[in-house]
Amino acid sequence: MSINRRQFLKIAGASTVLGLGGASVVNSLKRGGLEASQMSPDPKGLVAKRWGFVVDVSKLESEEDYKRCADACHNIHNVPVFKNDKLHEVKWIWKEPFENTFPGTEHEYMSHEFKEKNFLVFCNHCAKPACVKVCPTKATFKRKDGIVMQDMHRCIGCRFCMAACPFGARSFNYLDPRGKDTDGTPLIKVENKTFPTRMIGVVEKCTACYERLSIGQQPACAEVSNGAIVFGDLEDPNSEVRKIIATKYTIRRKPELGTQPSIYYVIGGSEHA
Amino acid sequence: MYNSGKIIAGLVVFLAFFAFPFYYNLGKANARPEPKLNTPVIQQLAEKKCVESRDFMRSEHMQLLNDWRDSVVRDGNRIYVNAEGKKHTISLQNTCMNCHSNKKEFCDSCHNYMAVKPYCWSCHIQPKEDKS
Amino acid sequence: MLEKALIGSKRYWIWIFVLLGIIGVGFIAYLQQWKYGLGVTGLSRDVSWGFYIAQFTFLVGVAASAVMLVIPYYLHDYKKFGKIVILGEFLAISAVTMCILFIFVDMGQPMRIMNVVLHPTPGSVMFWDSVVLSGYLFINLIVGWTTLGADRKSVPPPAWVKPLIYLSIPWAVSIHTVTAFLYAGIPGRHLWLTAIMAARFLASAFAAGPALLILLVMFVRKVSKLDAGTEAIQSLAKIVTYAMIANVFFFLLEVFTATYSGIPGHAHPLKYLFFGLDGHTALVPWMWTATVLAFLGLGLLIFPATRQNEGILPIALVSVFVAAWIDKGMGLVIGGFIPNMFERVTEYTPTATELAITVGVYAVGLLVLTVLYKIAIGVREDTAGEAEHH
Repeated sequence: MSINRRQFLKIAGASTVLGLGGASVVNSLKRGGLEASQMSPDPKGLVAKRWGFVVDVSKLESEEDYKRCADACHNIHNVPVFKNDKLHEVKWIWKEPFENTFPGTEHEYMSHEFKEKNFLVFCNHCAKPACVKVCPTKATFKRKDGIVMQDMHRCIGCRFCMAACPFGARSFNYLDPRGKDTDGTPLIKVENKTFPTRMIGVVEKCTACYERLSIGQQPACAEVSNGAIVFGDLEDPNSEVRKIIATKYTIRRKPELGTQPSIYYVIGGSEHA
Repeated sequence: MYNSGKIIAGLVVFLAFFAFPFYYNLGKANARPEPKLNTPVIQQLAEKKCVESRDFMRSEHMQLLNDWRDSVVRDGNRIYVNAEGKKHTISLQNTCMNCHSNKKEFCDSCHNYMAVKPYCWSCHIQPKEDKS
Repeated sequence: MLEKALIGSKRYWIWIFVLLGIIGVGFIAYLQQWKYGLGVTGLSRDVSWGFYIAQFTFLVGVAASAVMLVIPYYLHDYKKFGKIVILGEFLAISAVTMCILFIFVDMGQPMRIMNVVLHPTPGSVMFWDSVVLSGYLFINLIVGWTTLGADRKSVPPPAWVKPLIYLSIPWAVSIHTVTAFLYAGIPGRHLWLTAIMAARFLASAFAAGPALLILLVMFVRKVSKLDAGTEAIQSLAKIVTYAMIANVFFFLLEVFTATYSGIPGHAHPLKYLFFGLDGHTALVPWMWTATVLAFLGLGLLIFPATRQNEGILPIALVSVFVAAWIDKGMGLVIGGFIPNMFERVTEYTPTATELAITVGVYAVGLLVLTVLYKIAIGVREDTAGEAEHH
């Protein structure tokens, strides 16, 4: 068998590529080292089939009530606070008046008080999230327990999820969250040393305090809400959230879009509301 | 060879330019990094042992951290059982850096030597260190 | 063939260096964005896509429009397009290059772009958009280069290119359809949530793309011996006319549904674009300029007397091109974000840095276009010269 120089080079080239490729596959298998079975959830963690929230706005009375919930979340998650630069704001949970929370539902005979009544809004952790569908890298994904997670390590910052989310729940890090506001004060006043910040150029949002759930704690906002925010398993008929939903009239934001939000709002309150 | 003068001159210039890093560093002492393990937390440990063996951590810590990262964020698994069956909480900021609170003398000493810049610290908060 | 791009007149080199200078300025602006983040742009939490993504959307259309030459020439054997089909393919290459760059400069973490390949997500339209766009770039590179190479040797192109050429036809339609799906599949953005989006995209693309191409062909005729011929120009102009009629018609369908149904969510973005909302009117002058230009261009194109007048034709073509650019390059993307999900208006104005980067990307596209056209013209002039000698 004789081969000419050209054929020899072709074969040599091809086998080199294959050889290197093969070797690296073997290496990566060996290097992978860790077995999936080596990692497991914390037994203390809270589990559910589908986490959801009930927000009873009749229990949110003063400005302080809203602020306490938002601050609890933003402080432990190192969310930067933009006091002046509202265009580049990052927020996970905040208040919105009725007419902005439920656009198209307000009418001209509605009392001014009610139109202006504030609601707490945050990620709806939809059962069929539009953001998850559009993400080109699975950086935002749905966990088995219903939480819509955001993997800030993987996010490429394309902001397709922000265009897709019908609830305006997502924020993008236009600026370095560890930087300073326009007045020179740091955007993160006091760092929570046990939780990361984010970096420039990724999208973030409420993650239903997955890090607290995993060690058996309630979401921070629910914990400080004095019962205004109830957190529980929507698939469990005996859960507190289901009991409230069964007995009280609840509404969800933009249900007609079919994303099936997991936050149920109780309006309730006094007869004059 | 046509234009041999030009070609040879060109080759000399090319080699001189691309070999620059080699002869620039020639003869310079290039001390091997010695990551320090003398933090207060480590010194108080009864058994001075990381989550896995020293050799494994030396060569595979980047892979371990990658797997840990995906495990926590994507699968919600927070407990790591090592080769000896011991359990550790999966957390760079709260587990790794609790012992290795000397990022500059530990992480950076090798990373700088190898000229790698992992982006861990763009988000994860590094421990406060006195020395700069 | 690349050597053709290295030999040129003084004016050619001045043009190249002017482009390189603009690219340099754009690059410096990008370095600033790299350092400080997308905060240097006019984008915000409410308007999270702006000028970059809008240019990308518009240029996908310009890229797709090459098919308006490929179909008549290769499917209907319309010989008159023989000289310029290569110009269409090379315009597509330049446009796709700009599209990819615009996506890149819009990303918050551009270093992670390979995550799209590493974690492929077939459920995401953006994943498919990256697939079809890179595919279209390769198809046009291979087809353009091979056919031009064959032409240089005065032999017919190799047989294996034919299937690729036929493939490029549905592929061109796919790039703009998939780009439309980026928008048209999103719940809650009323301006975008419309079944006719892809059709409207294609219509506006087949108007703006060939309009630009005719202008380029007229320019090439002035500066070189490559003359496409009056008939080819007029045929293309008719394509522009029909496509623009369809584009305006589709747009009016949108206006009818939104306003006659009276559903507030559907009417609000259009109201913002043409009349302003809650006192915010940044885009109103632009949209009316686009409207006037669209009808002016159409008027001049529909009447044969003005269309066939080569002094007036460029005015019509520029009008159509600018109208389509304002519609897609500004109104469509920005209008989709206004009002926001809380029925509030946050307006968007691109910053100087953002504009510098945008102009820089356009300069890269023009540079690619110049080099490719220089090569194509060089080859064509050679073969034409040989033909005369024989």
